[in-house]
Amino acid sequence: MDPMAAIRETFFQECEEQLAELEAGLILMESGAAEAETVNAVFRAVHSIKGGAGIFALDALVRFAHVFETALDQVRSGTLATGPGVMNLLLRAADVLADLVRAARDNGVVDETRTAALVVEFTQISNLGHELPPAPKSQPTVCAPVPTWHISFTPTPALYAKANETALLLRELRRLGPIEAVVDTTHLPELSEMDPEGAYLTWNITLEADCAEQAIRNVFEFVEDDCDLEITAAPPAEPSLKPGDIITGDNGFSFEFFPPPVFDEEEPPAVPEPEHHAPPPSPVVRQSPVEAMAAKAESAAAVSATIRVDLDRVDRMIDLVGELVINEATLSQRVLEAGIARASGVAMALEELEHLTREIQDSVMAIRAQPVRSVFQRMPRLVREVAAQTGKQARLVTEGESTEVDKTVIERIADPLTHMIRNAIDHGLESPEKRLAAGKPAEGLVRLTALHRSGRIVLEVSDDGAGINRARVKEKALENGLISPDATLTDDEIDNLIFLPGFSTASTVSDISGRGVGMDVVRQSVAALGGRIAISSRPGHGSSFTLSLPLTLAVLDGMVISARGHTLIIPLGAIVETLKPKAADVFPLDGEINVIRLRGGYVPMVDVAASLGYSDEFVELDQSVALLVEGEGGVRAVLLADAIHGQRQVVIKSLEANYRAVPGIAAATVMGDGRVALILDVDVVVKTTRSELNRPEPSVLEAH
Amino acid sequence: MCTTVLTVDDSRAMRDMLRHSLLAAGFRVLQAEDGLHGLEVLETERPDVIVTDINMPRMDGFGFIEAVRRDEARRSMPVLVLTTEIDAEKKNRARAAGATGWIVKPFDPIKLVEAIRRVAA
Repeated sequence: MDPMAAIRETFFQECEEQLAELEAGLILMESGAAEAETVNAVFRAVHSIKGGAGIFALDALVRFAHVFETALDQVRSGTLATGPGVMNLLLRAADVLADLVRAARDNGVVDETRTAALVVEFTQISNLGHELPPAPKSQPTVCAPVPTWHISFTPTPALYAKANETALLLRELRRLGPIEAVVDTTHLPELSEMDPEGAYLTWNITLEADCAEQAIRNVFEFVEDDCDLEITAAPPAEPSLKPGDIITGDNGFSFEFFPPPVFDEEEPPAVPEPEHHAPPPSPVVRQSPVEAMAAKAESAAAVSATIRVDLDRVDRMIDLVGELVINEATLSQRVLEAGIARASGVAMALEELEHLTREIQDSVMAIRAQPVRSVFQRMPRLVREVAAQTGKQARLVTEGESTEVDKTVIERIADPLTHMIRNAIDHGLESPEKRLAAGKPAEGLVRLTALHRSGRIVLEVSDDGAGINRARVKEKALENGLISPDATLTDDEIDNLIFLPGFSTASTVSDISGRGVGMDVVRQSVAALGGRIAISSRPGHGSSFTLSLPLTLAVLDGMVISARGHTLIIPLGAIVETLKPKAADVFPLDGEINVIRLRGGYVPMVDVAASLGYSDEFVELDQSVALLVEGEGGVRAVLLADAIHGQRQVVIKSLEANYRAVPGIAAATVMGDGRVALILDVDVVVKTTRSELNRPEPSVLEAH
Repeated sequence: MCTTVLTVDDSRAMRDMLRHSLLAAGFRVLQAEDGLHGLEVLETERPDVIVTDINMPRMDGFGFIEAVRRDEARRSMPVLVLTTEIDAEKKNRARAAGATGWIVKPFDPIKLVEAIRRVAA
């Protein structure tokens, strides 16, 4: 990759990190729990973005970051108090900064009126602070190449006669920008011919300053009549080092983007005076083995205990480890088939290999595990925006940000979470007036929690709003023909209606929650991840959506079973227990469905082979085993199979990506013997039985 | 032996940029992420010029320059400050701490190289 493009990419990556830190810091400040270092970190984040943006001449970003940074500097120095108003402004500024960064990255556009309005707000609060130093000029020098002025200055004798000092004039000129003055002594006569009161010198001065010609003339204002002054504007100076000498192989590297540095030549007293007029630098660019040295230096630079690795490399490794697991399983099976004794050296070494493989797999998966923080951090902004758009007051409380989950899962929970939080505010929370009337605080609470539960990650979005308006939901479902008028639905079933395609309780479709497809889309995308979503609601007290997802999408602990000669995998997490069914406990229901009596209750029974279409005949009970499984929302069923072969960790291969989606099948895997086995989608299988049982009733639950 | 430059900056993009420009100019480049790290590097390396940022975590540029100057052997080591700060008060602080020069970001790589060559003994 072109080095500049790579640096640019690094810059934007770094920006994302800084933005996350910025927001986290601001939220900490808002909660009053911030320490001095938090404020420093917040300041540094904005400062770094500004610094980097300068490299790439991202003017809009630089300008806004500068205003933002100035305010933060005032907070840091204590001249600006962080009341609610100021904190709110800082948080909104962080949002705008994020937009500007992304717009710069994607060459997008931003709402300039919003940016401008914030700048005005910043100016106003700065004025409120007492005795603030005047804000530094927002750097116009950053935006454009600085013009160069050529000044030819030839004093006449009159100038000296008036005790003017050329050095002072030059010093004055230097206030405008860096200068280079060369004295032209060609008119200087021999000493014998020199008039002591004569004037023989001309100064050719190059000034780099973004100023008007008048500003230069002002410097010479008092001597104007006593000198020859020529001022010409020139294009930016040619660098004294040829660009080709310095930057090699750099297509598109443009120096024009970089204004010259303000190099302050005044030295601190402690340091010996360096040579100011050193001979021009050698034009020979030494091509030493610098790259190797730099690499060494970089290893020295690895001060933090983290490294950055391309995700592709990790994915490749995960793939390979997946293959290794399959290979190891194959080898074990072959050894078993070869009749080698369990206690033999070969078998024992193999067992060692199996442990090791498992350990490698866990370690590799751990590399990809990331805290959900990155997703959670986006949510406060969302809450602010949605609250503003809906005229509601909302506060977000997050818990369990450090809960780790596989990166692929993280990437895919952002959208469902966004939808759920939007819904919580848009539909869940009441308006401040209604809340006050109901004896609640005007500000609604949205709680976002992450935790690990039995090998899955559980995400919960709850609000303290009005809860689901069941009467309204039912009415709407009737209107849309989703349920029959005589259907009797439990509260739970009514609540679950909101997940149906096209269902929307809002009389007018709002921009916020989407076009009435919200929860349906959430449910589908969650299901695609092997996840489940459940809702619980208490009128007047709020609703809570619980999302449960596998920790990884790459491996699965499963139970290997066979049904009519087909090998299938049932996710271990779904299995409650295995049992041996007795014919006496089985009762036929409605002709096609059997239920089995289990500890006083009745559970529908599913013949796996029949449900997948392997066979039309019902399995003989006495030749089968049964597994009690539990699907989404605690719905149970008993699955009948021919045999259980044991537990195994399998590498998930997407059926959708390699073939197509098949109802009832979640994914596939490759077994030790190289055969493909299908992984059962327990939720679907369980649901099927349930909908068949409820057939006269709502067709609702046939959503799948 | 070519001129060795130690760059101290917490921004990866800025470090990359500096490294790229300075390597191209034929310098040997050392990198540090903040002041403390810079001091660590100085324990084993003796760069001809140091280019440091001001705003950094753990130890900022002022602290770093002061620490560099505290060591007798590094009194004459040129330290250039490369920063986005344009505040005169900060500039004076850097000077008081013992900085050799002050360059305002965004920098022109050519001018930076020139500045480094000028202060390198």
